[in-house]
Amino acid sequence: MSQHTSGLAIETAGLVKTFGETRAVDGVDLSVPAGTVYGVLGPNGAGKTTTVKMLATLLRPDGGEAHVFGHDVVREADQVRSLVSLTGQYASVDEDLTGTENLVLLGRLLGHGKHAARERAGQLLEAFGLAEAAGKQVKNYSGGMRRRIDIAASILNTPDLLFLDEPTTGLDPRSRNQVWDIVRAVVAQGTTVLLTTQYLDEADQLASRIAVIDRGKVIAEGTKGELKASVGAGSVHLRLRDPAQRSLAADLLVRALDAHVQPEPDPVALTARLGTAASDDTAAEQAARALNELARAGITVDNFSLGQPSLDEVFLALTGHDTHDSRDADDKKDEVAA
Amino acid sequence: MSTATTTEGRDLAPVSTESLAALLIAKERPPRPSAWSASLTFGWRAVLKIKHVPEQLFDVTAFPIMMVLMYTYLFGGALAGSPKEYIQFLLPGILVMSVVMITMYTGVSVNTDIEKGVFDRFRSLPIWRPSTMVGYLLGDALRYTIASVVMLTVGIILGYRPDGGFGGVVAGIALLIVFSFAFSWIWTMFGLMLRSEKSVMGVSMMVIFPLTFLSNVFVDPKTMPGWLQAFVNNSPITHLSSAVRELMAGQWPADEIAWSLGWAGLFVLVFGPITMRLYNRK
Repeated sequence: MSQHTSGLAIETAGLVKTFGETRAVDGVDLSVPAGTVYGVLGPNGAGKTTTVKMLATLLRPDGGEAHVFGHDVVREADQVRSLVSLTGQYASVDEDLTGTENLVLLGRLLGHGKHAARERAGQLLEAFGLAEAAGKQVKNYSGGMRRRIDIAASILNTPDLLFLDEPTTGLDPRSRNQVWDIVRAVVAQGTTVLLTTQYLDEADQLASRIAVIDRGKVIAEGTKGELKASVGAGSVHLRLRDPAQRSLAADLLVRALDAHVQPEPDPVALTARLGTAASDDTAAEQAARALNELARAGITVDNFSLGQPSLDEVFLALTGHDTHDSRDADDKKDEVAA
Repeated sequence: MSTATTTEGRDLAPVSTESLAALLIAKERPPRPSAWSASLTFGWRAVLKIKHVPEQLFDVTAFPIMMVLMYTYLFGGALAGSPKEYIQFLLPGILVMSVVMITMYTGVSVNTDIEKGVFDRFRSLPIWRPSTMVGYLLGDALRYTIASVVMLTVGIILGYRPDGGFGGVVAGIALLIVFSFAFSWIWTMFGLMLRSEKSVMGVSMMVIFPLTFLSNVFVDPKTMPGWLQAFVNNSPITHLSSAVRELMAGQWPADEIAWSLGWAGLFVLVFGPITMRLYNRK
């Protein structure tokens, strides 16, 4: 295992990649501590995949520097390659080959002997619940199975750094949970994971630090707590019985919670984004107080829910535009998989 | 897609995080494979693909048979008096022509393959960089061998009798395969350079038809106009088909062999580095 003096798995400074006129990655600075899951959160086309590809030595940066465990990704690409594994948005395995053949092929390329490669392939397929599908061509696998074989291929040798590029995009909730379990198991053994995702929820579940990236730039970075505090505690969604009471309810909420209140298309519904001003209280406490105020004013609430800030809300708060706008500044690679 | 995923997801065995953890503890890494071993592994991948999709052998079985039959009976009577006499001259040449033509499929398969996710993984492995490409060519060498054996078999059925015997035939085929392996670096270059399968096919045809037809495969160049002779006599395909023809006839054409191998070396030296440059840039 290589140890780097600063304890950083990834360190980038002013990383830039341009595709023609588009600056897909536009001066990204990242510091990823070793042994943690680091989330890179952003919409399609934000530059996540391009950043990962530069760090995994697949693309040459046009500007700036990047080091992986202290090794320069351009000048010492070979050392970097021996420490990292990459799982792309699409399955990075050969679809024409079977699960076993794929793992044996990669095992051999990593230097295992015939016997050792077969043994390791068998063990991994077993651990990933793919023993039955081992002899089937990967093109016949379901989405969840593909992700599993893909991650299995990435840990044939336990990597020091694992890139997971949107590992759960397009998966059903059950398969998604299983991928999360795998990520937790991998990081528990000391591997650093760089996870890109479009879902705040996913970054929240897995990552200890998160960078929010938009139009090729890091627009916010910090622990989950810091990030959430910067966008407020969450949102309260209300459905009233009487549409006539909606504007009164909105006034009350603004006063009581210092919240930003937004009417919904449905005439009885409104959403209040809880502000940061009253952030000593938890979101639940603020919500309870809101309900109280409404009850005292004689407003009947039919339905009530408290939600975490969504990625859309994080974006709105951080950039002043919503996630969809970012598509204008898309980089091609992200868009293809979208 | 999403419904299929859900239903299959339910039947799927759960992930065993305990055994996974046990597997992850092993942190020793074997030494990286040698250039040759990595290339052979990629060659094995090519063979596995043939195993899963055997139809792709059509171009190295049916196409060569067609070539032998067509040209033997089309030109045989007019050029040499009878098909049986003509095939003595034609077979080594048509063998060279067909195998060299088949090499162009390498470009197509590189082009379709390179866009797939698996290439990102190959390119992020700490291995000898050209081994991916060499692997293709090793797999293709197997296809060339199959094509050669098929054509010789058909030729022998039609009356071809090589004076060089088994040894001469094997030597001729070996030279042909070495040349084709080297020549294929042109196609790996086009496969990486051009954007679509169709453009690869188009460009390949533009190169391969003049190159193979403007040679001594079908007739002796003596009857050609002077300017054409100048081209034909110096074409690598002419050198190669002369060398193969004479080897199979039991002679040792040192000059022609040297010319063929010289051209082969030149192809690797020029197109190999261009291919790898494009590969690293992808």
